[in-house]
Amino acid sequence: METMKLQKKTTASAMLDPKIVVPAIRAAFVKLDPRLMIKNPVMFVVEVVAALTTVIFLRNLVTGGENLAFTFQIILWLWFTVLFANFAEAVAEGRGKAQAESLKKTRTESKAKLLEGSDRTCRLVSGTSLKVGDIVLVEAGDNIPSDGEVIEGVASVNEAAITGESAPVIRESGGDRSAVTGGTQVLSDWIRVRITAAQGSTFIDRMIKLVEGAERQKTPNEIALNILLAGLTIIFVFATVTIPSYAAYAGGSISVVVLVALFVTLIPTTIGALLSAIGIAGMDRLVRFNVLAMSGRAVEAAGDVDTLLLDKTGTITLGNRQATALRPVRGVTEQELADAAQLASLADETPEGRSIVVLAKEKYGIRGRDMKELNATFIPFTAQTRMSGIDAGSLSVRKGAVDAILSYVSGGVSQTVASGNTVRALQPVLSELGREVRTISDEISKAGGTPLAVARDGKLLGVVHLKDIVKGGIRERFAELRRMGIRTIMITGDNPMTAAAIAAEAGVDDFLAQATPEDKLKLIRDEQAKGKLVAMCGDGTNDAPALAQADVGVAMNTGTQAAREAGNMVDLDSNPTKLIEVVEIGKQLLMTRGALTTFSIANDVAKYFAIIPAMFLAFYPQLEVLNVMHLASPQSAILSAIIFNALIIIALIPLALKGVAYRAVGAGALLRRNLLVYGLGGIIVPFIGIKAIDIAVAALGLA
Amino acid sequence: MTLIGWIQILLYCAIVVALVKPLGWYMTCVFNGERTFMSPILRPVETVLYRIGGVDEKREQHWLTYTVAMLLFHVGGFLIIYGLMRLQALLPFNPAEQGAVAPDLSFNTAISFITNTNWQNYGGESTLSYLTQMAGLTHQNFLSAATGIALAVALIRGFSRSSMRTIGNFWVDVTRCTLYVLLPICIVYTLFLVWQGMPQTLGAYVEATTLEGAKQTIAVGPVASQVAIKMLGTNGGGFFNANAAHPFENPTALSNFVQMISIFAIGAALTNVFGRMVGNERQGWAILAVMGVLFLSGVAVTYWAEANGTSTLASLGLTGGNMEGKEVRFGIVASSLFAVITTAASCGAVNAMHDSFTAIGGMIPLINMQLGEIIVGGVGAGLYGMLLFVVLAIFVAGLMVGRTPEYVGKKIEAREVKMAMLAILVLPLMYLGWTAVAVVLPSAVASMANAGPHGFTEVLYAFTSATGNNGSAFAGLTGNTFFYNLTLASSMFVGRFFMIVPVMAMAGSLAAKKSIPPSAGTLPTTGSLFVGLVVGVILIIGGLTFFPALALGPIVEHLAMNANALF
Repeated sequence: METMKLQKKTTASAMLDPKIVVPAIRAAFVKLDPRLMIKNPVMFVVEVVAALTTVIFLRNLVTGGENLAFTFQIILWLWFTVLFANFAEAVAEGRGKAQAESLKKTRTESKAKLLEGSDRTCRLVSGTSLKVGDIVLVEAGDNIPSDGEVIEGVASVNEAAITGESAPVIRESGGDRSAVTGGTQVLSDWIRVRITAAQGSTFIDRMIKLVEGAERQKTPNEIALNILLAGLTIIFVFATVTIPSYAAYAGGSISVVVLVALFVTLIPTTIGALLSAIGIAGMDRLVRFNVLAMSGRAVEAAGDVDTLLLDKTGTITLGNRQATALRPVRGVTEQELADAAQLASLADETPEGRSIVVLAKEKYGIRGRDMKELNATFIPFTAQTRMSGIDAGSLSVRKGAVDAILSYVSGGVSQTVASGNTVRALQPVLSELGREVRTISDEISKAGGTPLAVARDGKLLGVVHLKDIVKGGIRERFAELRRMGIRTIMITGDNPMTAAAIAAEAGVDDFLAQATPEDKLKLIRDEQAKGKLVAMCGDGTNDAPALAQADVGVAMNTGTQAAREAGNMVDLDSNPTKLIEVVEIGKQLLMTRGALTTFSIANDVAKYFAIIPAMFLAFYPQLEVLNVMHLASPQSAILSAIIFNALIIIALIPLALKGVAYRAVGAGALLRRNLLVYGLGGIIVPFIGIKAIDIAVAALGLA
Repeated sequence: MTLIGWIQILLYCAIVVALVKPLGWYMTCVFNGERTFMSPILRPVETVLYRIGGVDEKREQHWLTYTVAMLLFHVGGFLIIYGLMRLQALLPFNPAEQGAVAPDLSFNTAISFITNTNWQNYGGESTLSYLTQMAGLTHQNFLSAATGIALAVALIRGFSRSSMRTIGNFWVDVTRCTLYVLLPICIVYTLFLVWQGMPQTLGAYVEATTLEGAKQTIAVGPVASQVAIKMLGTNGGGFFNANAAHPFENPTALSNFVQMISIFAIGAALTNVFGRMVGNERQGWAILAVMGVLFLSGVAVTYWAEANGTSTLASLGLTGGNMEGKEVRFGIVASSLFAVITTAASCGAVNAMHDSFTAIGGMIPLINMQLGEIIVGGVGAGLYGMLLFVVLAIFVAGLMVGRTPEYVGKKIEAREVKMAMLAILVLPLMYLGWTAVAVVLPSAVASMANAGPHGFTEVLYAFTSATGNNGSAFAGLTGNTFFYNLTLASSMFVGRFFMIVPVMAMAGSLAAKKSIPPSAGTLPTTGSLFVGLVVGVILIIGGLTFFPALALGPIVEHLAMNANALF
């Protein structure tokens, strides 16, 4: 699996990988620039108070003050708090940066063969000078200069640059696979491409910006969370700035550095420090999954999805149908048909072909034969002929789409006529056998199968029944989705009876049969009118309106340019089942934020119990009772709290990057579990942590 | 603590809970504009009022219009009270010949009554004429209560409506609330109080000769009618200076019990209105459960603290708990319960002096108010205050189920969080801020009756009570000074209106959103998990802010007291 290869850099290793950590440490200091810090209000406030206390410390250093060593340590840890936050963000960005570097290499300067004028003369120009609407010729061995749409020709293209998949893919004009991406390479044949993206805004450009995090916009939930954190910070400003006056009334005084320590430990620095790292890591998880989200908003929306529209073919059923029965025409035995079908499929490596060989062996006892022994040549399937087979001496066997085979036996070559961008087969005059084949194939179609006609030496033998096979494990996936509260709807062009049969077998909640693009669009609008968020994936140009309408539209990378523009995510692997994982990644992103926010706020309880008694002990010795952790001394208590506050950021970076694991157990159970871990845990952990640090601080004689 | 004491407490809770459903149903009908059994009598009055006021009852308002209408309405209320107090010497119904009230005290009292605070810097029987009491205070008791309820209903509409621009009509809501809910109950309630022995007269103060032959003036007046709405509308401003500890303002144990019930009745029933309007009564019960948990914890602590008394009292041979500052007629249970109810509910009526409670017993009323008076709370204000915390709790924890947080079908997004934070922010700003100023200002410190932590608590309590629009006083503090009149008035004003405006903005933004049907992925908001979550968020976000101040006030006082140091 390609995605597996790309996922090799796991989170745990990212924290240890010097290639990421070393630049991240440097970046942590660069990010101290207040102009960058202000984007993160909580950490900005910490930086400001750290700077203020530093100034006070320096003044005291000159004039000579008390407790200089203690003050120095507090200030040091204040700066560490800020640096750790920056480091977390830098580590998260680091992985994307590495990926962006390799992408940039593909964006090397290339020449383009620009076709000009009505006579389409070819001129060599620089790739960067191309404008939207220009038409270029790309031949075998050339790099495609920019994103575009194939307007003429068929070619195999190596898209490893963006997908990591080295097996070439077919790009052709007219169909649903007409989009080409700048930076990919044509391996064979030639195509004419109309440029659709200006320089700087091509797919690869966008991908680079995305993985670098350069254009990262705050997502709606992140904005809301930032408001909450800023609000809490202000509340704690009130709580701390009033304390000196209260202390003065009680006849005591409190130093600025102690107040600052209380303030910084109380404000939600943990989540404030990790918030942007969580967001970057969420996008990064998608990228490593070979899905490109055009905005963070889309990733978040994925977590909120209520309804999933899934295309039957390729998502619910194996895109490749399997042979399940042989239907010979009159005068031909099943054995005979099986023999011919097997011969035609011997060298056919497609799943359909292999399934015919398997069927012939299992049901008709025909063993595999060696192509070399037969001295046969394989006639591969092409988009033009739409059939395949072998020629061995005088023997010639073909199997393929019914129309193609019928025209093959009637005239020897398929008659096609080009009209605009569509290619239509002319209906050949049918023989009697031809009519019989047509009847059989119609029956198969009605039952939800796909017919494949077989001919030997120009004579029709019969039809292979290819059946939709529901993917293994898909039923369980749908059950899981149901537990998540997500409704699945299967979209298919099949008739309602076939659709119902497959829907029942796959366990989807609902289906839309004989779906036209308009039906899809209407279904999405209806769901949205009920307040639901809809996700779908699609590839064709006619999917574009629905992709644009859906809250989460995942376009297949193999699809048309129109589809890729309309969707808010692109799946580079073109695997529609991934929609389910995309939803999980969205949920994980939201959960991680919620969990760390809860943890951060719950931490305050212990910090209060550490600092409040320490602060007031000088004038109200009775408050020693509140020192429930029995911390060694007031100074050690304050220092321990601030050290814990800084170290917890580092400790939680792996969780922020990896994300909180999502389990499809329903919201109630999920909340119970997470509240227990991050809520209750958030109350208990700092008590233990601060006590442990206090023991160390006392042992080292730091305070 | 005694069994009979706990039975009293539980009986009280049972009656309040029993009233929730019927009263909730009735109020839902009223605010949905449906016909009720009162309509035959009241509908004609209602239509006449609309005609006089030029109100089109069919025309609903955008949240901004609704809020502006509410604010204008209060400007009017302020002018009426201020005018009456300044001019009462020239006006009728003044048998005791009370003179004009000082400008700063008039200002404080006017703000106090329009904000449903009813802080008493005045002594009713020695300062105010009957006209001021009736047309000024009683009248605002009705309208400030009706306003609170109307605002809560407007916020509920925000949750229950889908894709709408309007949240109701302020004039209609206030009119219907006053006519259909407050007035009928108060009429019956007043008669009950008169039966219990409360005065209701426009006659002059009574001159009496005591057994020793001394002359005594006994203050009377239209007491019962004012006390009814004072309790039902969680206003709390007493007719007499001693408030509900005065025998004429709270004559019997039964009147005491019914007064306590009436404080909670509407506030508790509003949770049911919420449940009904959002289409699931369990949502309302869950909110009431949150309030119930916090309430009973508070009652338990205060009752325990008061029943156990202090080591100092014990060393003097005084057993049986702390009776200082309590009416012998009510005793420890009814006084502790009353203190917790009145501060939980933003009422502020007192039947015992909170200043004389033990440090811990007096801390609970303080905490109740600092949490924002959301434990049942002021009529309306309690519910919308609680919903602010629910929104925050849902937002923080809701993300943990992997979805944009939703509450009763509404997504909680940036705007809601912003408004909730704005509304909650102003509370600590006012009471922590003004306390910080007061405790270092020599003239303000001079108002304290006690030194040390206890004096600190008196000041903290005063500003907390004012900001929370509670109005109960810790006593001890001499509040009728220029400084306190103005600062307390500003706390009351900010605490009320700076909270209301964001709440209404939130109502408007919620109403405009689509309602999302619940699914298995939706955070359940009716179970014990939700209740525990909200309680936790209230205690951590709401409570921790005050921990330093509490540590320097009641906590240190309690610890010192255990070491026999008194303040």
